[in-house]
Formats: sequence, structure tokens, C-alpha cells
Amino acid sequence: MRANLSRQLSASLCVGAIIAASGCATTTESDPADPFEGFNRAMFTVNEGLDKVAIKPIAQGYDAVTPLPVKVGVGNFFGNIWDSWTAINNLLQGKGGDALSDVGRVLVNSTIGIGGVFDVASEMGLTKHSEEFGQTLARWGVGDGPYFYWPLIGPRTTRDTFGWLVDTYYDPVWRVDKVPLRNSLVALRYIDLRASLLPSDKVVEEAAFDKYIYIRDAYLQHRRNEVFDGDPPRIPVNY
Amino acid sequence: MKRLLSLFFFLALLSGAAVAATERSPDTLVQQVTDDVLNIVRQDKDIQSGDTKKAIALVDAKVLPYFDFQRMTALAVGRNWRKATPEQQKRLSEEFKKLLVRTYSNALTSYKDQTISYKPSRVEPGETDVVVKTEIVQPGSKPVQLNYALDKQADGWKVYDVMVAGVSLVTNYRSSFAQEVRDKGIDGLVTMLSERNKQLESGSK
Repeated sequence: MRANLSRQLSASLCVGAIIAASGCATTTESDPADPFEGFNRAMFTVNEGLDKVAIKPIAQGYDAVTPLPVKVGVGNFFGNIWDSWTAINNLLQGKGGDALSDVGRVLVNSTIGIGGVFDVASEMGLTKHSEEFGQTLARWGVGDGPYFYWPLIGPRTTRDTFGWLVDTYYDPVWRVDKVPLRNSLVALRYIDLRASLLPSDKVVEEAAFDKYIYIRDAYLQHRRNEVFDGDPPRIPVNY
Repeated sequence: MKRLLSLFFFLALLSGAAVAATERSPDTLVQQVTDDVLNIVRQDKDIQSGDTKKAIALVDAKVLPYFDFQRMTALAVGRNWRKATPEQQKRLSEEFKKLLVRTYSNALTSYKDQTISYKPSRVEPGETDVVVKTEIVQPGSKPVQLNYALDKQADGWKVYDVMVAGVSLVTNYRSSFAQEVRDKGIDGLVTMLSERNKQLESGSK
């Protein structure tokens, strides 16, 4: 019964995607980086709807009732957990110095920073880095691949989708044994992240003509920047 | 006569400003303008509570003189820029300027607990095109890069691109602008921009 249901679901998802894809092909000239624009736009619409009715209101509620020091503590706590993965990825990318600094961050913040709630390491000059497996793959020479927009997790290139799967497999939060606790932590982290993006909502809403394209192009630029650790070679622009 | 005098006074002021601008290095310029603007925002409860109009007035007065909107628009429009007549270019620049000022102002109204740190940038003598790097530091999350690309012009350094977390607020428009030109021509793009601006103006408080 269950298998049947999931088969039905995937079949209908497929049909939906095909309709959306073919529907789109007639109206726009697609970007070579985004061959599945129809599917992606459909998922984008799903996400926007979910965000509007559930995720954003919860994030706004969280943002309103949570005092700033608590929000900072929550951000630091999850950031500290992630820093261990950052260290591994820096090592995999051959950046030993950065990896060492990340290990130092985890040690300092987990102890003096009381379980990661306080980011003492940043004040000590150990800079926080931003790494995950998608960037490691990029450093190893894996190209972006087609762009996707997924429900809940949002934009990812094909490479970064695989990266995200590996990230999630490693993710200590997903490995918490007690399922209710694990789920609460995952949800809290998600809502905290969404809440931190609330201020940019209005900016994007007013700046974008086609929000889907605005977000896609911003994501692709942002990822390039991340892979080059904030210092990508400048592309000469002509006009 | 009085008019002539005031015009003269105005011109003197302008050239004074221009001299001051040439003397400043690009990183000093960015830092001084940013500090100047943020000091005002920190004391202005209206802007902090989302008064976009007031923020726009602030940006108009303090930031606009240092931005090269013509170049920004050309960068956003891309290859089609050369196909536009001077009149179309002028209208495009005017409308795009309004939109970018609004975007920038909206970002200012959400300014709260962040601080800006200035990355050391070395400007070689004779350099005419530089990127000044700053960072928005906010407690509890990763710092966000905020970089400015400037080029040296006759009247001092001018910003021609702003990049947030690696995302250019200018070139991010390239594909949607190109699409609009493809569908409706350059006049279509002008209309799209001006309609958006009108809609935002009437909707904002």
C-alpha cells in the first residue's frame, strides 16, 4: 500500500514536471545553466506557497518572541556543530591552515564558548569559514551541472545537490539518536535560518522583476564566490 | 546679479566637492560614506522602523554623488546597451538609478545590530579600477561580504558595482533585462523599469 502510494506520488510528480517543463519551453528562451526551468519554476511556486502559509509566519513568530542574545546563541550553537564539517572540507581541499583554524574554533567554542553558544573563537581572531562538500567537489574539478530548485531546500546546482546529500549524511544534527529531539533541532535550525533571511525579503521582493530568475542568478554568482573563498577572478564585463 | 552670484557659489561648491573627492583614496571614500550614512541611520528611528522614503532621501543626499549610474546601467543591460539611442540610454539610467537607490535604501532600513568591518585594500598608484572590500558582521551568523567596484574618473572615484555575498546587484539583472529586450525591445525595458518604479513609489509609505 505504502509502496503503491509513493509510486503514484512519484508518477504524478513526474507528469507535473513534464507538463510544467513543456509549458515553459514555449514561453521563454531557457538559460543553458537551467535546462529544467519548467520543473524548477513549478517547485519554486510550491516553495513560495509553503513559505507564505507556514515557514515565514513561523520564522516571524520566532523572530518576534526570541530575544537577540538567544537568537545569537542558537546561530552560534549550530554554527559550531557545522564548523567540524568545515574543518574536514578545508582539509579535503588541501587548505591545512584553514582546517587547523576550524578545529581550533570547535575546541575553543565547545569549551570556553559553553557548548558553542558563544563564538569566543571569532573574538580571538579565528575567522569563521564557509565550506561544505559541494565546494570541495568544485575544488576537485566537478562542474556545476544543471541548476535545480528543490522543495524546502531551495536552489542547488547538480553538484551542490550531491554535496548537500553528503553534508546531510555527515550532519551531526541528523545523527542525534532520539528522533523527537533530532526533529526539533532540525526544525529549530531551519526556522532560525529562515528568520535570519527575513530582512532581505523586502529587498528581493522590490528589486526583482522575475523573482525566480533573480534568485537563480544570485545563487549562481554566490556559489562561484563561495568556491573561490570570496575572491573569484573578475569576469571582464563588456557592453 | 544675485542669481549669477549664487550660481557661482554653487559651482564653487561643486568643484570643492570634486577636489575633495579626487584626494580621497577609494577605500577611504567607501569608509567615510558608509560611516556617515550609518551614523545617521543609527539615530533615525523612522528609518529603522522601515521608512523607505526617508532612507531614499538619505541615500540621494549622501551616496548618490559617488555612484556612476550610467555605467551601472550599461553593465546591467549588457550587449543591448550599444543598440540603445542616447535618449533611451538616458531614460534607462534614470529608471535603473531609482530602482537601485530603492534597493539600497530597503537594505538600510533593515540595518540593526550589524557592524561593518573594512578589509585592508591596497591600491597601487596609477590603478584606475579597484574593488574595496568590506564585511557586514552580525552576531550569530557568518559575516557577509559587501564589496564595491570603483573606477577613477575626472572628478574622483565612482562606484560602478556593488556586490553582496558575491552577488552583483547590477549584473544580476542581466538575464531578465536581456529577456525583456528580446521580447519587447529597449523601449519595453524602459517601460518595465518605469512601471515598477511607479508601482513602488505609490505603494511605499
